Amino acid sequence: MKKMLAILLTLLFVLGMVPAMAEDVIELDMYFPVSVGGGPDALITALCEEFHAENPGIKVNPVYAGSYADTRTKVIAAIQAGNTPAIALMFSIDLYQLFSMGVLYNYNDLCTTEEDLAWLNGFYPGFMENSRLPQPDGSFLTYGIPWQRSTIIMYYNKDAFAEVGLDPNAPPTTWQELEDYAVKLTKKDAAGNVERYGIQIPSDKAGYAYWMLQTFTLTQDGQNLMSSDGTEVFFNHEKTIKGIEFWKHLTDIGAQAPGTPKWSTTVSDFLEGKVAMMYHTTGNLTNVRKNATFEFGTSRLAAGTSYGSPTGGGNFYLFKGVPEEQTQAAFQFIKWMTGNPERVAQWSIDTGYVATRPEAYETQRMIEYTESFPSALTARDQLEYAYAEFSVYDQGNVQDILDTAIEEVMTGQKGAADALNAAQAQADAILMDYR
Amino acid sequence: MSQRQISVQGPQREIAKKWRVTRLAWGLLLPSLIFLAIFTFYPIGYSVYMSFFKNNMATYATGPQYIGLANYITLFTQDKVFAASFRNNLIVAVVTVPTSIALGVAMAIFANQVKVGKGAVRVSYFYPSLLPMVAVANIWLFIYTPMYGLLGYINPAWHFLTNPSTVLGALIVMLIWKQAGYVMIFYISGLQNINSELYEAARIDGANARQTFWKITWPMLKPTTLYVMIITLTNAYKMVDHLYIMTKGGPGNSSNMLLFYVYQKAFDQSNTGMASAITVVLVVILLVITCVQFFTQDKRIFYA
Repeated sequence: MKKMLAILLTLLFVLGMVPAMAEDVIELDMYFPVSVGGGPDALITALCEEFHAENPGIKVNPVYAGSYADTRTKVIAAIQAGNTPAIALMFSIDLYQLFSMGVLYNYNDLCTTEEDLAWLNGFYPGFMENSRLPQPDGSFLTYGIPWQRSTIIMYYNKDAFAEVGLDPNAPPTTWQELEDYAVKLTKKDAAGNVERYGIQIPSDKAGYAYWMLQTFTLTQDGQNLMSSDGTEVFFNHEKTIKGIEFWKHLTDIGAQAPGTPKWSTTVSDFLEGKVAMMYHTTGNLTNVRKNATFEFGTSRLAAGTSYGSPTGGGNFYLFKGVPEEQTQAAFQFIKWMTGNPERVAQWSIDTGYVATRPEAYETQRMIEYTESFPSALTARDQLEYAYAEFSVYDQGNVQDILDTAIEEVMTGQKGAADALNAAQAQADAILMDYR
Repeated sequence: MSQRQISVQGPQREIAKKWRVTRLAWGLLLPSLIFLAIFTFYPIGYSVYMSFFKNNMATYATGPQYIGLANYITLFTQDKVFAASFRNNLIVAVVTVPTSIALGVAMAIFANQVKVGKGAVRVSYFYPSLLPMVAVANIWLFIYTPMYGLLGYINPAWHFLTNPSTVLGALIVMLIWKQAGYVMIFYISGLQNINSELYEAARIDGANARQTFWKITWPMLKPTTLYVMIITLTNAYKMVDHLYIMTKGGPGNSSNMLLFYVYQKAFDQSNTGMASAITVVLVVILLVITCVQFFTQDKRIFYA
């Protein structure tokens, strides 16, 4: 009997210890999206492990959540179900939607020391456009910390350029050249079947159709698709209509695959030599560099009346409604990830994403890398002409409306003005509530 | 005397016995009834309730807002995506149900008669239905990939999934491929239940193959057909995983369907009120179809 009691007591004691031990390590689940090839998920996991090794008291468990849209869906569902995460790596453009839910911490409140403030103010201003919100007094509050950030660049197959007699070191710089080159680069076999399209700018809803549309509006004197406070859209603006008509024109003249080429296969189409030029995120640069079997080049986007490109990619968010110590731990993790120029530089080298802090480009490893591979600078240099990515309140809904309209135009179901006028009316009806 | 006693006690004993049997029946039903209640009846009831509310991003701060039938009115008068999804589901149902049944019967008869490699034939017919939906969707995504997908090698100009006039057809082919083998299994067991004396009699009477099929095989398979029709019809309305992987309902909602639209409304757009209303419509459609089929066909079926 006594023996039994002793065993029972020991058991109770041990069981009691387990939660006590677990409390010493703060564990955080972090949802994160991947929308490029080349395995950034493995890099994120490795970084989280490295952080845990340096900070044994905090463990960040990265949870792969699919595309950016999937991640938004999952995190919002988690919040609505009362399982708010402390931290998430999400689309920078989810800012308004998350803000309107009242769940975001602003980093200005968390930055208490000089060092913190220097960190907060040390990112490229171009990337802060989708990361902060204007205040009535003209100042800004920051809600997202840039991490996997990009611009759209043009990748082109130099071998194909040489093959059709174009200068491999002179990519197109204007819409007209883009069109002419695309026609030239389109190759057909004897039976008239297309073996290689000149250009591919993916327009499917599963990808980032609205983002690609921005490449055609922003290259017209920086005309954007939305107001900077996220309550107004310019879907049926004449420049928007002109932009999408040019995009569709590339298809109509046979220089681009018909219908809505997919974001997810565009890079493999390019690597397979089935398209000679593509618009894609710089986040795929390392992937392309490792897998291209031909000489390739990168360039800024061809200009309509000006240069331009939207920024893109993911930010770190902190959510309200979790214990204070979790927020502090997550904050520490974010500073660790984004504050060290060497780490930021290495992440950029490993993926192709733009290093979010200028000082990363002064590190030895980055200088050596960009000397041997100048394409790594294309996206950063384009930041000079970069504008905010499409971001409004009720992002999921409004983005769906625009993406649908783009698909309708690109597949010829509707004319550009028709589709965009309808989309404008639908979006206005939704955004009315936020004005 | 003894008979009299029985007749007096008989009714009471009968009632007691009946109660015992009923109790046993309820007891046996209870576990599944509980699960049905939790996972089917309650969610349906809650969806009906939620469909009367405006509950989206705009009402996030204030909470759901009662709006009566407004969600339904919007759905049936303004929502073009709903109309397109409704139409697409109808097309998928009308096309896949008869083709799957015809293919299933043909495959079952072949698999039943084939002399060599009976097992191999059955397995190869059946295996598509063992694959998970997501795997199937990815396989067909590759098959349909233009230029270097499987079909791309035949004709690089085929862009089935990005062309609004072919995308639905492409999905239908995939659905039939996936479920024909499943349908076949039911017909194989149906065929084996048919008494071989009937065929013998037919042979003696000099009936040809076509007559034998239409006069004996097909009528005797009616119970199987009823069951298979319900299964394939619900399958047609359960299209969601493939859409998620392959088209996201595009291009331009030309391949959207009701269940995927529910997902988009509920999760992508956080519009629970609207999603509930579509769910209710979907439930009503399926209930009506099943009832009609069950009650109109039941009388004409010969249960062997």
